[in-house]
Amino acid sequence: MRSSARLRRWLLLALLWGVALLFLIPLLWMLSSSLKPTWQIFETPPRWLPDPPRWENYREALTTLPFGLYLRNTTVITLLTIVGHLLSCTLVAYAFARLRAPGRDTLFVVMLATLMLPYPVTMTPLYVIFHRLGWINTFLPLTVPAFLGSPFYIFLLRQFFLTIPRDFEDAARIDGANIVQILAWVIVPMVAPALATVTLFTFQASWNDFLAPLIYLQRPDLYTVTLGLQFFRSTYTTNWAYLMAASLTTMLPVIAVFFAAQRYFLAGISLAGIKG
Amino acid sequence: MQTPSPGRARRREAVTFYLLISPWLVGLLTFTLLPIAVSLGISFTRWDMLSPPELVGLRNYARLLDDRLFWQSLSVTARYTLMYVPTELVGGLLLALLMNQVDARGIRLLRTLYYMPSVLSGVAFVVVWMWLFHPEAGLINAGLALVGVQGPRWLVDPHTALTALWMMSLWGLGRTAVIYLAGLRGIPRELYEAAAMDGAGAWRSFVGLTLPLLTPTIFFNLVLSIIATFQTFTSAFVATNGGPLDATLFLVLYLYRKAFQEFQMGYASALAWVLFALVLAFTLLVVRSGRWWVYYEGESP
Repeated sequence: MRSSARLRRWLLLALLWGVALLFLIPLLWMLSSSLKPTWQIFETPPRWLPDPPRWENYREALTTLPFGLYLRNTTVITLLTIVGHLLSCTLVAYAFARLRAPGRDTLFVVMLATLMLPYPVTMTPLYVIFHRLGWINTFLPLTVPAFLGSPFYIFLLRQFFLTIPRDFEDAARIDGANIVQILAWVIVPMVAPALATVTLFTFQASWNDFLAPLIYLQRPDLYTVTLGLQFFRSTYTTNWAYLMAASLTTMLPVIAVFFAAQRYFLAGISLAGIKG
Repeated sequence: MQTPSPGRARRREAVTFYLLISPWLVGLLTFTLLPIAVSLGISFTRWDMLSPPELVGLRNYARLLDDRLFWQSLSVTARYTLMYVPTELVGGLLLALLMNQVDARGIRLLRTLYYMPSVLSGVAFVVVWMWLFHPEAGLINAGLALVGVQGPRWLVDPHTALTALWMMSLWGLGRTAVIYLAGLRGIPRELYEAAAMDGAGAWRSFVGLTLPLLTPTIFFNLVLSIIATFQTFTSAFVATNGGPLDATLFLVLYLYRKAFQEFQMGYASALAWVLFALVLAFTLLVVRSGRWWVYYEGESP
């Protein structure tokens, strides 16, 4: 009886770690391929350890196209999107969580409904509108909407606001603080973890975004890393070592941020998932 | 000084509310409602964005019915949904159930490893998988060769391309599993103890306890994954560009081609409206069905 329980436990662990290994293999294979000299890339059976590792692949892959420029463009867009989401979503979420007004609940349902609206439905008319505004080939279509809130993050922050007690706000109000002061000095420090979640989700989505930059940025000097990588891929289709080096480089910031701030990603998931 | 009357205080609160949500209201009007209205208008025209639009009535919608590629894109999207949604729901749940058997330290490490690939969407993600699927030198076919199987040509074979894209999506399964895990760990332990006292075995307590209490999470994942499949674009655009032989021509990819490569804005808008109607219908269907099978604790409006 006991030995069969132990066997089951071993099987369970073997299965779980086996799956974990399966999840990791693509990344390890990418790293390995990115360091191979050309003649080792197509070897069968595949070799896991490049011999000798060819670090020049990175320099060569990242300088054939101006990846530094792409990184800068992506960083500008991502930072502006983060600032926009933090400012707008905090205000809107606070209002939905704390203030009473006629029509509030209806508007909240409308907001949840737009959460279900896929981006492709509005992408054609949005292009027409941004074209009218003269915003094609600028970062504006990718950043301005962020300052007008995003239903998912508003929902997430509202859920978080609902879990914190009102006492501090009430105390500040009695002390004569106005709503801006309350938000800045009382609310923001208390919801800092939720704001971190919004920051990280926005960073990840904006960094990886492809469809919107593809539509709005047609000049190569405005490309983001995803556009640059796609262009690189269609030009150097067969140089897999370069492609892996470039791919790994564009993934690295997301991987680093994920490991540094994992708990905020997880917090977002449980906030959205359980109370949804 | 007089304290403000309750009516005035309430009015002030309402004004503050609308002031604070005004950014979102402006966004809703200009970037959601206006585009939806505009695209309905455009869908009744023929327009290349260069010459003025020409009114054609319902002709774009009539053309859709005769468009082989439109039906192909619908079929690709539907087949992919049928492959993706069940594996995502069942696979994610299985993974979460297994993880939940391990002690807390193990869970934390496994959760990290499972979750990490799901934050790596985008072009780089697809490029890595194109290399894994390479017919001659790819790791997947090398692995199959080890067990004596001659692997298919994956992304370049119309029979396997969609399957390959589906396999690619499994790399993001960890996200679903982590959502389930959060749901599983929210179920109080006492309930299981009570069930065990009543003589319920592992299976009975899973069917009678875990599954019902997990229905809100299942519902959430179901809605998320349906919306995700309707939006599939990057993987098909980068890995196969809809091919081979339109085997991976997703609805959104077709919409993108019509709008931004052929500049048939009227036709593309009609397509977008069909997509909109489909998503709306599916979401309503799922939400309606939720009344029958989703269990909410302390059910109250």
